[in-house]
Amino acid sequence: MSKITKEQVEHVADLARLSFTETEIEDFTNQMSKVIDYAEVLNELDTENVEPTTHVMDVRNVLREDNVKPSLQREEALKNAPKQKDGQFEVPSVLD
Amino acid sequence: MKFETIIGLEVHSELKTNSKIFCGCSTAFGAPPNTHTCPICLGHPGVLPVLNQRAVDYAIKAAVALNCEIAEETKFDRKNYFYPDNPKAYQISQFDKPVGENGWIEIEVDGYKKRIGITRIHLEEDAGKLTHDDYDDASLVDFNRVGTPLIEIVSEPDIRTPNEAYAYLEKLKAILQYTEVSDCKMEEGSLRCDANISLRPAGQEEFGTKAELKNLNSFTNVQKGLTFEEKRQAEVLLSGGEILQETRRWNEEKKETILMRIKEGSDDYRYFPEPDLVNLYIDHEWIERVREGIPELPDARKQRYINEWNIPAYDAGVLTQTKAMADFFEESVAVGADAKQAANWLMGEVNAYLNSEGIEIEEIKMTPNGLAGMIKLIEDGTISGKIAKKVFNEMMKNGGEAKQIVEDKGLVQISDEGQLKAIVDNILDNNQQSIEDFKNGKDKAFGFLVGQAMKETKGKANPQVINKLIKEGLESR
Repeated sequence: MSKITKEQVEHVADLARLSFTETEIEDFTNQMSKVIDYAEVLNELDTENVEPTTHVMDVRNVLREDNVKPSLQREEALKNAPKQKDGQFEVPSVLD
Repeated sequence: MKFETIIGLEVHSELKTNSKIFCGCSTAFGAPPNTHTCPICLGHPGVLPVLNQRAVDYAIKAAVALNCEIAEETKFDRKNYFYPDNPKAYQISQFDKPVGENGWIEIEVDGYKKRIGITRIHLEEDAGKLTHDDYDDASLVDFNRVGTPLIEIVSEPDIRTPNEAYAYLEKLKAILQYTEVSDCKMEEGSLRCDANISLRPAGQEEFGTKAELKNLNSFTNVQKGLTFEEKRQAEVLLSGGEILQETRRWNEEKKETILMRIKEGSDDYRYFPEPDLVNLYIDHEWIERVREGIPELPDARKQRYINEWNIPAYDAGVLTQTKAMADFFEESVAVGADAKQAANWLMGEVNAYLNSEGIEIEEIKMTPNGLAGMIKLIEDGTISGKIAKKVFNEMMKNGGEAKQIVEDKGLVQISDEGQLKAIVDNILDNNQQSIEDFKNGKDKAFGFLVGQAMKETKGKANPQVINKLIKEGLESR
């Protein structure tokens, strides 16, 4: 039991840009370990000759023709932007 | 200590579809910011992407032209990262089942031929464009480009010199343009290149630690960046230092690479299968249908020019570098131009014109018919080479047919000996000093007299006839 470490939780939280208190991290470590343990039950099955499933429905090759459709009006597109400037989304400075 | 350089290139190329990869927004370049977006490419909740068939066709086309094996079954995956150029916080890409794998292209560089392996080619969506706003110290995002279909082409670490890297990119670009899957305009960002480079002591099997170079915005800068980096890494290693796995940015003004960030461990993108898109199965018929649309590629065309028209290998290589140039050449020959003459004009005057004006051959006004007509007029002696330049410049600027231009501007060459003799006699009579100079061994005087005759006839005199008449005139005096 408890294959998940505190460091793993911190790492995943960091990647997801989430910050937690020490207590929360403790809690999540325990909870996630239990979730993983629960899913481990599946490992009892022999899946040697079973293809990995990425979708539950057997639907293939859903494609559309390369046709241009009207886009949103710019005002509409920017409606949810917390900040905007000159028709663009304004975000905190990122320098690459 | 001698080092061997190991280079691998990652090329991103925008596909020339009309609409984006997963929605119907236009991919046209240069529209006002955020006018080509919709809930799908803006990543609003609850929307469903639907794959653009032509994007898949183009990816297969490129993969076939690059000698790849095509996946029978392929799928899309989410590559998770937070960056404001991407509203979904993940990019739909392909992780473990790319469209094509194990391809190659052949390059010719510094006198040798070499095959460069292509590890994989996969489909993905482009990100938006960020610009920095100094006034507010903020970044501005334009999402027009987000969702434009891209292919990423990853080379094997087979490249050993910056020159090979350059040749690889030239060839790759030519193939992508011939197959018409991409414009490959680096200045518009429709072709982008990152380079991985490491050094290892000659003879060592194991690769050294690599640096990744970014912001290489032209093929020349790829070459320069790699040359700089090759030297930098050798210096670090020779002074007992260690190369760190890092990302470096090419600075064009300073002509050097600058550290962007140190990479600790591999990027953690947490790829997982894209639940909103079903798997894609590419059958034999689909591949064959796409293959039929692949035109004769640059190498085959080059060989044909050498065989059919005795064009020197180097010239054939230049002519076939872009499909537009090769098409222009072949159309000129088809409407009657002498192949060698057409090749000379395209390689010389036309290329010089394109370079000085900074334009592409698609943008010139001269037609293959115009060029062929002009070459015929030179061959049959109607116009001199000198007059041809005038006709050429006129056609490049305003188009038209050579014959018509010659007639309209009265540029027909004067070959009539009687008419020219009168002019030559007159010139000789008025330039006694030149005659003496010539007789005293000053060859320059001859050229001066020819020049006078050409000036007198506004360049229309047949130079051979003028040469002959002046020679005769000088001998008889």
